[in-house]
Amino acid sequence: MSMDITVNINGKEITVKRGTTILEAARNVNIHIPTLCYHDDLCISGICRICLVEVDGERTLQAACSIPITRPVTIKTHTERVRKARRNVLELMLANHYGECYTCFRNQNCELQKLAKEYGVDALKFEHVTEPRYEQDKTSAAVVRDKNKCILCRRCIRTCQDFQGVGALDATHRGYDTQIQAFYDQPMADAVCINCGQCITRCPVGALREKDFSDSVWQAIDDPSKIVVIQTAPAPRAAIGEEFGLPPGTSVTKKLNTALKMIGFDYVFDTNFTADLTIMEEGTELLGRLKDLLVDRKEAVLPMVTSCSPGWIKFCEHFYPKLLPNLSTCKSPQQMFGAILKTYFAQKAGINPANMVVVSLMPCVAKKFETDRPEMTSSGFKDVDFALTTREVAQMIKEAGIQLTQLEDSPFDDPLGLGSGAGLIFGATGGVMEAAIRTAYEIVTGEEAPFENLRVTPVRGMEGIKEAEIFIPKALEEWSFLEGKTLRVAVAHGTANARKLMDIVTQGIAQWHFIEVMACPGGCLGGGGQPIPTSEEIRKLRAKAIYGEDEQLTLRKSHKNPQVLKLYEEFLGTPNSHKSHELLHTTYTPRGVF
Amino acid sequence: MVGHKIQILFSPAETGIALRLAIGKKPEDIIAQVKESKLRGRGGAGFPTGLKWELVQQAKGERKFVVCNADEGEPGTFKDRILLTDHPCKIFEGMAICGYAVGAQNGVVYLRAEYRYLREGLVNAIKKMKESNYLGKNIMGSGFNFDIEIHLGAGAYVCGEETALLESLEGKRGEARNKPPYPTECGYMGCPTVVNNVETFCYVPAIMTKGAQWFSEIGTMESTGSKLFSISGDVAKPGVYELAMGSTVDVVLQLVGAKDTKAVQVGGASGICVAEKDFNKPISFESLPPGGSIIVFNKSRDMLYVLKNFMEFFVEESCGQCTPCREGTYRLLQGVEMMEQGRCSIHYLHTLRDLAQTMLISSKCGLGQLAPNPFLSIIDNFKGEILARDRVARNSKKTPVVR
Ligand SMILES: Cc1cc2nc3c(=O)[nH]c(=O)nc-3n(C[C@H](O)[C@H](O)[C@H](O)COP(=O)(O)O)c2cc1C
Ligand code: SF4
Ligand code: SF4
Ligand code: SF4
Ligand code: SF4
Ligand code: FES
Repeated sequence: MSMDITVNINGKEITVKRGTTILEAARNVNIHIPTLCYHDDLCISGICRICLVEVDGERTLQAACSIPITRPVTIKTHTERVRKARRNVLELMLANHYGECYTCFRNQNCELQKLAKEYGVDALKFEHVTEPRYEQDKTSAAVVRDKNKCILCRRCIRTCQDFQGVGALDATHRGYDTQIQAFYDQPMADAVCINCGQCITRCPVGALREKDFSDSVWQAIDDPSKIVVIQTAPAPRAAIGEEFGLPPGTSVTKKLNTALKMIGFDYVFDTNFTADLTIMEEGTELLGRLKDLLVDRKEAVLPMVTSCSPGWIKFCEHFYPKLLPNLSTCKSPQQMFGAILKTYFAQKAGINPANMVVVSLMPCVAKKFETDRPEMTSSGFKDVDFALTTREVAQMIKEAGIQLTQLEDSPFDDPLGLGSGAGLIFGATGGVMEAAIRTAYEIVTGEEAPFENLRVTPVRGMEGIKEAEIFIPKALEEWSFLEGKTLRVAVAHGTANARKLMDIVTQGIAQWHFIEVMACPGGCLGGGGQPIPTSEEIRKLRAKAIYGEDEQLTLRKSHKNPQVLKLYEEFLGTPNSHKSHELLHTTYTPRGVF
Repeated sequence: MVGHKIQILFSPAETGIALRLAIGKKPEDIIAQVKESKLRGRGGAGFPTGLKWELVQQAKGERKFVVCNADEGEPGTFKDRILLTDHPCKIFEGMAICGYAVGAQNGVVYLRAEYRYLREGLVNAIKKMKESNYLGKNIMGSGFNFDIEIHLGAGAYVCGEETALLESLEGKRGEARNKPPYPTECGYMGCPTVVNNVETFCYVPAIMTKGAQWFSEIGTMESTGSKLFSISGDVAKPGVYELAMGSTVDVVLQLVGAKDTKAVQVGGASGICVAEKDFNKPISFESLPPGGSIIVFNKSRDMLYVLKNFMEFFVEESCGQCTPCREGTYRLLQGVEMMEQGRCSIHYLHTLRDLAQTMLISSKCGLGQLAPNPFLSIIDNFKGEILARDRVARNSKKTPVVR
């Protein structure tokens, strides 16, 4: 059977590989076919039926997204039959869509709205809903659902199942009563949901969104008695520009600082600072566990697994409670920052922590849930008051009438505004591992990690699971037990990939010492709170921006961050000290799967 | 209760004779014989059975499966039930012959949940056939192994659709798959699979023993052999009838003692509603597709009410995956209710007809592609009655007309 087949689409001949879908073939010749249930990231479903085309020899219209080309056919994409059918399908969706675009979080970034415009819908053809059929589910600390906007494309289900390996959502009931529900129609707060928000970034409409705290943050800013501090994570700065029309992969770090100041935040700090702090704490913890094993011949729980991704933490609590001891006890950089701000910084700046409101700009939806964990109050207060997503902050900037792209640059504030390149690359999958390697190798051997220009390439890239081995040829005296040893590490992003690693760990056959897991595909840069849409293409561009910025910095190793060193000197003592443990480390809660 | 016009399925036949004949032949020859008989599937779509078997025989796969579709969920249909009750050995013999022809060693009967009570009888029949070595290992010393399992259905009409059936067999929600790939290539657990209706399998032993020629001479050019019909409604003698393919509606009505007939629904809920002017039409794949049931309505029936019943069924039974079917069936039902209340303008009726046309060509599976059939045929054939009713309702209620 020949591999290449020539098809004719709207009169254009194109040769494609056998098995290419009609949609892919059409895209190759720049013919636009509308889609809704299709998403570049997800497996094919073929259920919305908006991508219908005419294929010669077929009685029915064919769904372009799901039909593989297996013979030399003639395809037409806008015949009368096609236009009529697509229009009717679209009208059917609209008829059952409680649409109030101006109150909708996806207004002007909605695939359904865009289609309605494309097809010139000026009046609804069919009888349609005039009142909401369902109540919104606002129970979750992170994810809000509005079934009235849902078009049942099931992208969320496929995301949650295939990408994240969670399976929180499923289709229930039949016919007109079909709904997307959590198991037994539980409210989202009780569902086995890790709050990753990946479903939000793949929903074509406004049926899923994050819990919005921007109003509360505005209130704090407007309150003169409050000192409002914001910390910004590495991933949003590489993506927020997309909300302002910049191409994906445009980093706007310093303009963002300006915008946040203009909004009225009293201090703008860099979460990269606590990313560096995390490396100090987590690296020390890892070396400690290795020492327990190799020198003191004690039981040590290995491999150690990173803990900076709160979606991953909840995943582990639900599905691998037995592996909780493998998790590093380090809090996420966001939470470390909160704890340091309300203690060290408050003292230093003479601020009453009771009057301090800590906000974080995060690429992440799960961080909202994390701020509410009862453990996260070691400063004596709620360590982080509000976690905002990239999208919410973009919204605030717009509301304030600030033209982000036109702004001057500003630096971060002192003293917690300095982060290394190692902290910055926390935003990409493999970044935590790379930062750890840069530091640990140097601490153990006294020499720089043996990678050209400090690029630890084996742990970079979008491969679902990455592995690397780092040989330690000679070690400083304190670490002599590591001399001649090989450190084995693995990296997974997307919890479905994490599942694969954890299954190996559970079987007790894992050879790794250290594993990085990020709940979101691509790492934080693909976080559930990032601008919509997302695709592997977009995630790669964001990663490029982050790695590019790292190389422009002179400070590229966490343990060389002078402000971090100063924090230890003035306040914490040494990594893993009693005080560090009190403020920067945490505990986990086993949870069931129902 | 059963009026036999022709007897292929209901004639007694000794189990094992056809199977012995078959396994004495080459698989290709069996397939050639089934093709020559021009047997077409009795589950609804009328796909040529020999061709389906050939596709599976030629498909690559370490394992292959033969699935018997006994989900019989079409309202008013109970013809497979009779076969499952009275002639299970014919079904199993047909399946075994199919297994031998396509190279499958496993057969599965997907039995409608409501037919649970038939399970024991079926299991006993399998046991007996095993004892006679018509099933099991090394059948009649030929080296051919074939086993049959009974699997209970999930209680949804859509599970009768072959790919939804396979999903359900695999323990998933019963929803149609994308086609291609077809089950013949990628079916149960990803293996090439024959899915045939109960009745389809039952003709196979007769074709083996009496020959393809004999079978193809019964019926019409395109629809050979006989066909079982569950006939119900306003008739004196309801029941299951075996009739030659191509029998006209008139003949059927006479046979069952129907009087004052206004309409006949041929092919169950997803079939076509025929008015008197078409009673001379033959029931066959090339004219009025047979399906499994015939429902007769006499002049006292309200056709809008009949239609409403059908549409309620589809709204209930749509699996809810695809937009045209999930939303479309609902809008059609809503339209019928509007007509009942005299709120449906002629303009809106046209809009709904247009929608029904779209559903025919855009739904993902047969359910949604066929659901508009009763809507279109009843609206078109009984327009006068429905519009008159609409006017009466409107005058009595004075509800505003939509658009
Ligand atoms: C909604 C729907 C329900 C169906 N139900 C049945 C059924 O109950 N029994 C059956 O044999 N075929 C049923 N079919 C047809 C099957 O999809 C399939 O075509 C058939 O089992 C193939 O067997 P055949 O070639 O012997 O007809 C149904 C199809 C649709 C679309
Ligand atoms: S989901 Fe889209 S179409 Fe619906 S209200 Fe929101 S913006 Fe409008
Ligand atoms: S937030 Fe994540 S875990 Fe929760 S439903 Fe969405 S994809 Fe699934
Ligand atoms: S919630 Fe969004 S992604 Fe999920 S089915 Fe509804 S519209 Fe699709
Ligand atoms: S046509 Fe109906 S039954 Fe078939 S897939 Fe679509 S919604 Fe499901
Ligand atoms: S995009 Fe093809 S069916 Fe939805």
